Amino acid sequence: MEVYFDNSATTRVLPQVAELMHKVMCEDYGNPSSMHNKGLEAEQYLRYAKDVFAKLLKVNEKELFFTSGGTESDNLALIGTAFANMRKGKHLITTQIEHPAILQTMQYLEKQGFAVTYLPVDSYGHIRLEDLENAITPETILVSIMHTNNEIGALEPIEEAGALIKKRNPQTLFHVDTVQGFGKAKIFPKRMHIDMLSVSSHKIHGPKGVGLLYINSNVKIQPIMFGGGQQQNIRSGTENVPGIAGFAKAAELLYSRFDEDLAQIRGCKDRFIRGLADMENIRINGIMPDAEDGYGTAPHVVSVSFRGVRSEVLLHALEEKGIYVSAGSACSAKKPLPSATLRAIGVEKALLDSTIRFSFSIFTTREEIDYTLQVLYDTIPILRRYARG
Amino acid sequence: MFTAFLIKYAEIGIKGKNRYLFEDALVSQISHALKKCEGKFLVRKTQGRIFVDAQTEFDFDEVVEHLKLVFGISGICPVVYVEDEGFEKLCETVVDYMKEVYPDPNKTFKVQARRARKNYPKDSMEINMDMGEAILNAIPEMKVDVHNPDITLNIEVREMIYIYSEIIPGPGGMPVGTGGKAMLLLSGGIDSPVAGYMISKRGVKIDAVYFHAPPYTSERAKQKVVDLAKIVSKYTGPIRLHVINFTDIQLYIHEKCPHEELTIIMRRYMMRIAEHLAKESDCQGLITGESIGQVASQTMASLISTNEVCELPVYRPLIAFDKQDIVDISEKIGTYETSILPFEDCCTIFVAKHPVTKPNVNIIRRHEHNLDEKIDELVKIALETDEIIIAE
Repeated sequence: MEVYFDNSATTRVLPQVAELMHKVMCEDYGNPSSMHNKGLEAEQYLRYAKDVFAKLLKVNEKELFFTSGGTESDNLALIGTAFANMRKGKHLITTQIEHPAILQTMQYLEKQGFAVTYLPVDSYGHIRLEDLENAITPETILVSIMHTNNEIGALEPIEEAGALIKKRNPQTLFHVDTVQGFGKAKIFPKRMHIDMLSVSSHKIHGPKGVGLLYINSNVKIQPIMFGGGQQQNIRSGTENVPGIAGFAKAAELLYSRFDEDLAQIRGCKDRFIRGLADMENIRINGIMPDAEDGYGTAPHVVSVSFRGVRSEVLLHALEEKGIYVSAGSACSAKKPLPSATLRAIGVEKALLDSTIRFSFSIFTTREEIDYTLQVLYDTIPILRRYARG
Repeated sequence: MFTAFLIKYAEIGIKGKNRYLFEDALVSQISHALKKCEGKFLVRKTQGRIFVDAQTEFDFDEVVEHLKLVFGISGICPVVYVEDEGFEKLCETVVDYMKEVYPDPNKTFKVQARRARKNYPKDSMEINMDMGEAILNAIPEMKVDVHNPDITLNIEVREMIYIYSEIIPGPGGMPVGTGGKAMLLLSGGIDSPVAGYMISKRGVKIDAVYFHAPPYTSERAKQKVVDLAKIVSKYTGPIRLHVINFTDIQLYIHEKCPHEELTIIMRRYMMRIAEHLAKESDCQGLITGESIGQVASQTMASLISTNEVCELPVYRPLIAFDKQDIVDISEKIGTYETSILPFEDCCTIFVAKHPVTKPNVNIIRRHEHNLDEKIDELVKIALETDEIIIAE
């Protein structure tokens, strides 16, 4: 049995998405900037995509920019607005548990002379609104907070944070990284006081190499790449038409069956957590056992620490049974540093290197959950016998 | 401008009646190396020299890079051939050569002629003097220095006339295949690829064995070892890499033996298995990357314990090297970047907090008897499930 529980790393592309992309690549392959009809055909896909996202996010089409993915969206949002607004102030705020696409960009901006406040989080991975309130100054030009944490699935209080930011300093821009949250929760930037929003295609069953940045029309931003002036001169470069078309198709399909899918993923997560409750010496990170709906966390992520088992070993042991998971966050698979998120929520040192992330998708079934639980029941005691030392 | 290379080789020259064997091996290694280059080449052996003639257009830098990987080559000289059209014409050609190869004329030189074709009208001394004069006249900034010149201009008169003055250093050593074959224990660390490289440089063909311990070591760790073998194979030629599944043996040792002796006992089984594979494939020795005292299993006391389980000689070219020296070589041969990728290898998992550093062989042997019940069967299975990958 093959069980893919690494959907926070990437997801399987939906067949309809692949079909559409194949058509764009082989038939409607024009450059949308070309004057002729072949170009116009291609441009129709961009219109279609903007139309889809404008409706889903309830924003204006002119406020949508397609990028190469979540990382570029985050970079453009942060660097583009920091430099464009530096005369108003040089203070930025983010959290300690952001994705490296935010954290590393913030560190770059620090080197460029900006001051950055990194908000701590509680044991559930939530920022405290009073910390945010205290951090905002008249110099603060940008706050960036993730919607859903990629390692433990913590949900940040975005709407409250948005309202608070605008109350404290109406000039401060609010960016939200929804790479893990888009498609799992309905997000409406205007209602939530979000000025910029990053989305990635390959986390929602679309192709890799495509992302979206929503930028409110009032936001002052400058490009970070220069070229042919496409996309209102904010993001130059020939648009990735097949990718964008596929991305829009995936989003459209996902929203057409949103509630059913969400209920099914939640059901899987509940079943998994209930199954894990039978195991000894484990810790499920970040869940609020009393909260309704997904234990107060994203419906698709479960982070579990297995005491006395090294995550890399467990990962490969599960792989032998056809189960694919992630140790910590997949982005850190090539540099085994203890996860910043897990440290920030206070996971004890001995468990940092014993933590596995299971992440589900619309394709996840109850049978897969039960099979994985059974494998864990069988494997964990064996691995514990051969602990190091 | 250059259309050929003269290959210099060092130690082969000293060999007696076997010399042709070494030369033939070198010709074959060079031909093999050039297969990866654009263009067609003729590699020929003539009067104690090896020449590489380009028969088509070729990429000079690419060819030099590939020749620099061939053990046995001590120097690579880019050569210009000309027909004998009289001495004056030759002088013109040589002057053009000097101008093109040395755009900055503020250099000292000497001419070193060899007249292999004895019916040439001038002898070598006359060529030296007359050619030197022609160059001095044409390029007044150049000076002659017969003792310590910047440029030694070689003129060899054969059926054609060969002009060369640059020597690009080769790797040295002996052609692979002239020194037999040995089995390298390849771990994925920094040391073992360097050890393989060094022994291979003495003309030894390399087979390798890697001990894989899934799920404790990952597929990526195995891929890393394959990648390392591929890098080393640029020098050694194709490597037959045996991948032995070691998990059950390791777990069994873990279960039955004291933990602080785990690594030593494990290494004894690795040596035994490596020797078995070596004998099966006509290898005449084992190669390891051990260096005295580097880790607990590489103290002299530990080496007694790991050494005594095999009959074949164990070659440890790094035995007296400091880590930094090994790192330097691994950077030079291009394995370092791959070696430091952070995947667990089979030696680092299960390592005890305080492994023995001075194991007593008798005690180790006694504890190994704890394994008597199943170990032969496990080793047999491991050998039967040997996966062979050709790294090239």
